[in-house]
Amino acid sequence: MQQYKGKMNDHAEWAVEARGLRKTFGGNTAVDGVDLNVRAGTIYGVLGPNGAGKTTTIRMLATLLRPDAGSARIFGYDVTKESQIVRQLIGVTGQYASVDESLSATENLVIFARLLGLGRAESKHKAAELLEEFGLTEAAKRPLKQFSGGMRRRLDLAASLIAQPPLIFLDEPTTGLDPRTRAQMWETIRRLVKTGSTVLLTTQYLDEADQLADRIAVIDRGHVVAEGTVNELKASVGNSSLHLKVQDAADIPGARHIVEQVLKVRSSVSAEAGVITAPMAEADLVTDLLTALRGGGIRLAEISVQKPTLDEVFLTITGNEGKAAPANNGAAKQAEEAAV
Amino acid sequence: MNRATMERAEGRALKNYTSFGQAVRNSLTMAYRGLQKIKRTPEQLFDVTFQPIIFTLMFTYIFGGAISGNVSNYLPVIIPGILVQTVISTSIVTGVQLREDMEKGVFDRFKSLPIARIAPLAGALLADTVRYAIATVLTLSMGYVMGYNPEGGLGYVALAALLVIVCSWAVSWIFAFFGVIARTAASVQGISMMVLFPLTFLSNAFVPVETMPKWLQWFVNINPISHLVSAVRELANNGTVGSDLLISLIGAAVIVAIFAPLTVRSYMRNT
Repeated sequence: MQQYKGKMNDHAEWAVEARGLRKTFGGNTAVDGVDLNVRAGTIYGVLGPNGAGKTTTIRMLATLLRPDAGSARIFGYDVTKESQIVRQLIGVTGQYASVDESLSATENLVIFARLLGLGRAESKHKAAELLEEFGLTEAAKRPLKQFSGGMRRRLDLAASLIAQPPLIFLDEPTTGLDPRTRAQMWETIRRLVKTGSTVLLTTQYLDEADQLADRIAVIDRGHVVAEGTVNELKASVGNSSLHLKVQDAADIPGARHIVEQVLKVRSSVSAEAGVITAPMAEADLVTDLLTALRGGGIRLAEISVQKPTLDEVFLTITGNEGKAAPANNGAAKQAEEAAV
Repeated sequence: MNRATMERAEGRALKNYTSFGQAVRNSLTMAYRGLQKIKRTPEQLFDVTFQPIIFTLMFTYIFGGAISGNVSNYLPVIIPGILVQTVISTSIVTGVQLREDMEKGVFDRFKSLPIARIAPLAGALLADTVRYAIATVLTLSMGYVMGYNPEGGLGYVALAALLVIVCSWAVSWIFAFFGVIARTAASVQGISMMVLFPLTFLSNAFVPVETMPKWLQWFVNINPISHLVSAVRELANNGTVGSDLLISLIGAAVIVAIFAPLTVRSYMRNT
């Protein structure tokens, strides 16, 4: 084991190192050259719409799918060549419940614990402990068919934690959950990281990534289109976005000029509706903007300030159709380009 | 921050292979899971409960007079035959259920666990021996009720039952293979029936071989099912052990040797 300790130390800093991961299903390239670096002890969010390749990426990292090209290492161990070691270091919670429907919660956990090499008594103890921790003790003996979506997800997560793996994959952990259950799930994930685990999660929700992740990779059509800390990404799209419509279409150029002067960003106009949109760093600026617009004699039809939606983040980041920007370096620059 | 991570990871012995002992332990745990599932959904035992009762009654009273003159003379012929036919057909369900099971998310978890790759398959097959045991006991009991009184005595009958269960387990690897490669549970059922129907009926299970045309006799005599039926008849009716027993066991071993690795390989590739 001497040898592996050395290996661990070299790579301990990185829980995940993926280079050029690629996977094709038939003619459809689901993942097309994804690079990811996840530092141990952090929460890393992979953000993207349905079909962006998030699940496929996770399945490759979790040894469930063999990459067609590229390589990935988990704590320094290759996912294809040393898959059995990798499996000892990870816990996987899929989008769908990866637990047995016809068995009870306790039975499920005991079976997984036994498979992981725990003794009979130890398994029962561990199952009880995890059920307690996830607030499922009362439902322990009921068959899973009677479980709510949130309970199922919690049980699923509990099952991933039996062996206390240092790296946990969570594929859309809160999709389909009600807001309260969602907040509970977030709390659990935060607690996990406090105990030293690394979490890699995928999500479709910007606010979820915002709440949890230290770093985020935005993934679209199999590519990583942006990567950075939450603040870096936010800066690139603005905290909020302004939507503005003027009464007289002739005023559009004038209005854009004022918007750009006050907000110090570039604006864009949607051709069909004549709506001017611009990223806003602070929603407060809207007061200054309104004053300036009145001063310029421009009459407004509509104005709204909204949180940027995931769509806008994507439009901003992926802006130039299909042209994937290199990761990391200046998401802000891309944002500017995109907003032209 | 990541010291805890390190310590946890270092606390375990990391190996990139699974030992034979672990494979056996994992398979037994998976078999336990199979038994728990049967316990939770006893309705899935419908087929192994009713098929032996109905088939035994039906075949005995329909063919008894025509083939052996009367029902009681036919019993030593038909009971071993129907036993083999019923229990072997039960093994189709193994493949069908494996297919259904594999479509569920829980198989993803099994794949992501550091366990022997063969365990989810071997476990499921092992748990299903319970089904074969039930079918065996019911068929023999049904025969007893109808007046079947095997000369071999209880010990040899138990041995014959064990032989049938072992062979059915071996045959279930064939259907497990179909289960792994087929796209739907229904197609597993279809393919398996197509294979098994001729095999069980083109044998000596129901009718004396001498009554068949010569070309058919050739097939019936090489059919492994015939050898198994003969072995069961020898054991139960006469209390003797013959070459048919040996041939049956060798056949079972060959099936497992071919289909177990094949099934595991396809299972791994289908991820």
